[in-house]
Amino acid sequence: MSLTTILAVVVGLLALAVVGVLIGRTVAARVIVYGGSLVACSLAAAVAASHLLSAAETATLTLPLGLPWLGAHFRLDALSAFFLLVIEFGGAAASLYALGHGRHEETPERVLPFYPAFLAGMTLVPLADDAFTFLFSWEFMSLTSWALVMAHHHVRANLQAGYVYLVMASLGTLALLLAFGLLAGPDGGYAFATIRASHPSVMITALVLGLALIGAGSKAGLVPLHAWLPLAHPAAPTQVSALMSGVMTKVAVYGFVRIVFDLLGAPDWWWGLVVLPVAGVTCVMGVLYALMQHDLKRLLAYHTVENIGIIFIGLGLALAFEAYGMAWAAALAFTAALLHVFNHSLFKSLLFFGSGAVLTATGERDMEHLGGLIHPMPLTAFVFLVGSVAISALPPLNGFVSEWLTFQAILQSPQLPSWALKFLVPAVGALLALSAALAAACFVKAFGVTFLGRPRSRAAERAHETDGFSLSAMFLLSALCLIAGILPGFFIDALGPVSHGLVGASMPQQSSVPYLSIVPIAESRSSYNGLLVFLFMVISATLAAVAIHRLASNRLRRAPAWDCGYPGLGPATQYTASSFAQPIRRVFGTLLFQAREHVEMPTPGDMRPARLEVELRDPVWDTFYAPVTRAVAVAADRLNVMQSLTIRRYLTLVFAALVGLLLVLAIWP
Amino acid sequence: MAVIVNLAVQGAQMMLVLLLAPLLTGLVRKVKARLLRRQGPPLLQPYRDLIRLMRKDVVLAENASWLFRAAPYIIFAATWVAASLVPTFRTGLLFSWTADLIAIIALLGSARFFLALAGLDVGTSFGGIGSSREVMIASLAEPAMLMIVFTLALVAGSTQLSTMAGFLVSSEVGLRVSLGLALIALIMVAIAENARIPVDNPATHLELTMVHEAMVLEYSGRHLALIDLASELKLLLYVSLIACLFAPWGLASPDAGAEALAISLFAYLLKLAIGGFLLAVFETSVAKMRVFRVPEFLGAALMLGLLATLLLFVSRSL
Amino acid sequence: MHSLTFDIAHMLAGSLVLVSFMLLYQDRLYALLNVYALHAFVLALSVAWQAYAQDAPHLYVTAAIALVFKAIIIPIVLHRMIVQLGIHRQIETVVGIGPTMLLGIGLVALSMVVMLRVTAEADPLAREDLAFALSVVLLGLLIMVTRRNAVSQVVGFMSLENGLVLAATGARGMPLVVEISVAFSVLIAFIVIGIFLFRIRERFDTVDSQALDLFRGERS
Repeated sequence: MSLTTILAVVVGLLALAVVGVLIGRTVAARVIVYGGSLVACSLAAAVAASHLLSAAETATLTLPLGLPWLGAHFRLDALSAFFLLVIEFGGAAASLYALGHGRHEETPERVLPFYPAFLAGMTLVPLADDAFTFLFSWEFMSLTSWALVMAHHHVRANLQAGYVYLVMASLGTLALLLAFGLLAGPDGGYAFATIRASHPSVMITALVLGLALIGAGSKAGLVPLHAWLPLAHPAAPTQVSALMSGVMTKVAVYGFVRIVFDLLGAPDWWWGLVVLPVAGVTCVMGVLYALMQHDLKRLLAYHTVENIGIIFIGLGLALAFEAYGMAWAAALAFTAALLHVFNHSLFKSLLFFGSGAVLTATGERDMEHLGGLIHPMPLTAFVFLVGSVAISALPPLNGFVSEWLTFQAILQSPQLPSWALKFLVPAVGALLALSAALAAACFVKAFGVTFLGRPRSRAAERAHETDGFSLSAMFLLSALCLIAGILPGFFIDALGPVSHGLVGASMPQQSSVPYLSIVPIAESRSSYNGLLVFLFMVISATLAAVAIHRLASNRLRRAPAWDCGYPGLGPATQYTASSFAQPIRRVFGTLLFQAREHVEMPTPGDMRPARLEVELRDPVWDTFYAPVTRAVAVAADRLNVMQSLTIRRYLTLVFAALVGLLLVLAIWP
Repeated sequence: MAVIVNLAVQGAQMMLVLLLAPLLTGLVRKVKARLLRRQGPPLLQPYRDLIRLMRKDVVLAENASWLFRAAPYIIFAATWVAASLVPTFRTGLLFSWTADLIAIIALLGSARFFLALAGLDVGTSFGGIGSSREVMIASLAEPAMLMIVFTLALVAGSTQLSTMAGFLVSSEVGLRVSLGLALIALIMVAIAENARIPVDNPATHLELTMVHEAMVLEYSGRHLALIDLASELKLLLYVSLIACLFAPWGLASPDAGAEALAISLFAYLLKLAIGGFLLAVFETSVAKMRVFRVPEFLGAALMLGLLATLLLFVSRSL
Repeated sequence: MHSLTFDIAHMLAGSLVLVSFMLLYQDRLYALLNVYALHAFVLALSVAWQAYAQDAPHLYVTAAIALVFKAIIIPIVLHRMIVQLGIHRQIETVVGIGPTMLLGIGLVALSMVVMLRVTAEADPLAREDLAFALSVVLLGLLIMVTRRNAVSQVVGFMSLENGLVLAATGARGMPLVVEISVAFSVLIAFIVIGIFLFRIRERFDTVDSQALDLFRGERS
């Protein structure tokens, strides 16, 4: 019943896509498409939520579509329901936002048809129960999002972004194709039920783990496969950027969880050893990249990379614990990762919506040209502040809860018997702590330089508040950030059936803990009560305010800012994004990004202004992408000779291929 | 009945930390002055400063926003809540289970987040200097602190501060290398977080040498009073933290009688006095580091914390 | 097992590792010498405590040698050498101090793994003491490898030797003869290095080993 409803929603979204094609240029199209998507996504979210919360039975369905001997299998279990909830809720919020923001779209006919199709593709992936449907939906999702990235194709940078995105997406799908091929085995059992029942050898599981990490990881944004993410996410229209960062990366996480936790069966001891270092490096590199950026959307995209790292740290820990039979610790780590999936989709979408509002209000994405926006855009500034506090993992909001749970999981790992893990996990814990502190620094910079201070350009001076639909979407998300931070117990309990199905245990029941605290393992070990912390803070602040205004002065007057005796200091003298990041760039960037500063001082008498240039090199691009691109170019040049062979040579090639295949048949046992 | 007594004890703890914080700062200033052969301000001078500031008008920059006006209250609230959760004279306070040590550190992180934002609000370069240097220091001090928390949690089996203090005051702990490393790292982090020499000079008037002072340069009146009180509370928090974790003798258990509580209160005051005195001696005997030596200092603290955690992971007896 | 005697011995061994890290952290030559004096002092304390715990009076002599020679005489002599040679007093490192400390942590982890694997049957506290001693040796080597200044390389060598003495006293029954010969060989090596330093300085006007490499002939 729920499954058929959601499939009907998919059909509805595809119908909306067709509508978008037909009437894309009219004004009404925007309302119809985005409003329809809002309704469809809300319906699907409600259905998924009810399936998850009622811990309903797994529903399956087979339709005679696709490959004739396979059909299309669909399945709705607890894991699918959770990810569907995240996807559909994100889609609904983005549609609500787009109802307002979409007004500023110059070429709506390029966006409106693909938007509902993108949502449909993302909805189908968690429902897929066989390899063909999974890959088909995955590719559909990638292609529609590519079309959306290319919506503003007259900008040169977007062309490069689209190209890199297409290449990386194809690479990812190829890896997944090979992974499913290995899992299906020589008999070709592509249905997930068949794969679950089979027991592949150690060699095959190792290969599949690596391929799944490459395939899902490239879509999620694990270093070093992340290079497309900061190019493609900012290039798309804002509602699509929010969907790509906040939701599509979670679909990739779903793919990884489904393949590794579900289809591959019980983990081996070394799986965590592979996932954890990648995740730890991703965390720190992501946030350091973000700190070096001054384009607001790029900063947010790089930050997504960091959060994906945090999620994969939780998943890696869950794999390690499960391999050694510590199911309760695995449940803790797994729940922490999934809770972060949910939290991240909330605050990342919120932050992208805010940046979109800034973009339409000022026409600028570059923080170096913004500033002082808190005065013309107070509501946007408030919700962006809530998003920044949430993403910096500060209590009492929700980012802190999932990071706290991840730390608690790390503290359980001395009980792991493996030596390698005993050295790796504290190092990963240190990397996680470092990235959390750097994330706070990053968002002080992002919020402070954009919204605080004085306007640095004419465009920033002429900003205005954004429209009601965008604001309502943003306020809805901020309210949820607060609720998930104050009452995390309910969300943890909702994840119980998911972790039970995949790691064999779930966290203790949180709703029975007094005063709505959360207790990850036992009362004596640790507990946290978001609600009481929030209440204490509110009460203390109110007490202080009341006491001061009653007993002390409450007068106030305005005066010019302190200028150290130099009057008339213009807005250009305040700190910019690059200058704010300079200390951190000097500490971390000198080694990692080969950051160098060049100062050109003109000689006395010369009226030119002085120049300060900061040079950064991307180590991942230099080490991985540039050599691979060069190798491909060289190989292509060499193979180009095959364009112009004689007929006899072509016939020889065909003959050689035939003989080769016959040889394989002869030798294969 | 027991609930009311517990509530009273928790309330007493909150008021105690609030009232003692300026006294600790006054003691440190007095000892520093005496070591430099000056008379120094009276011990109660910080109280007089706070009252004087409360009575003055607030002078706001023309383009200061609502965030600038709200930040002092948020900073004060976060720091006061964090300080109330650190056991001073008794473990097992009524609300000690609401936030463990990780949450306390994160609360101080929230306070610092808003302080850094307030520094950027007015749009002058002085606030920018303070905020950018402060987040650089925080980006290394917070991980070092978390590594110390990991070490203590692995030794005591819990991240709950009351449980940790209870374990460390019992006789099961013995002398441990990891605890020694954690103590040194905690002292280094405490110096950095409280903006003390050698990381930052709390008494400087030169903007180029400021970190914490630069962020609050624009504040005046009751706002400045709140921020000063919050930084005094933070100093008290860190000294109490070091005292309850590494010098826990005299700490009363939750079922102690009135006499044990009185002894423990006296012991706490003594520890505060000793801590303040040692801090003043240390500040007078070293010079302030240049700004880019601070990351190496805090990097060393992070390494010590990581080493302590590593030793505990590898061998449970270390 | 966790008696106070063992705990204090353990603490002293751990403090020696800590002081080795402090050696890694210094960037001024006089401070390096002072920290080395502290290193030798902690070694002397550790050996003296072992003498008390193992009831082996000849180890008191070892402790006295460590205290007098290594903690007092050698730093004073090196100090005077620096003044006489007029050596540049800022220590240049090959990599920054941060990465050097990271490498140091890696070396400590490595020595823990090696020691705890190799000596699987022995008493756990003795194993960890040996692991600490190996760490001090490795950290001494790290100091020698990552410093360009010849005097700091000498200090690294001396701290390495301290680690060896710690290892030897940790295992029971080290005869005094070995210690005297070790001390004399160190002293002789030290005198030789001192003479060479004077000669090098006279001829090439520098003791920076990177500059000295230019004169080796094979390199450009």
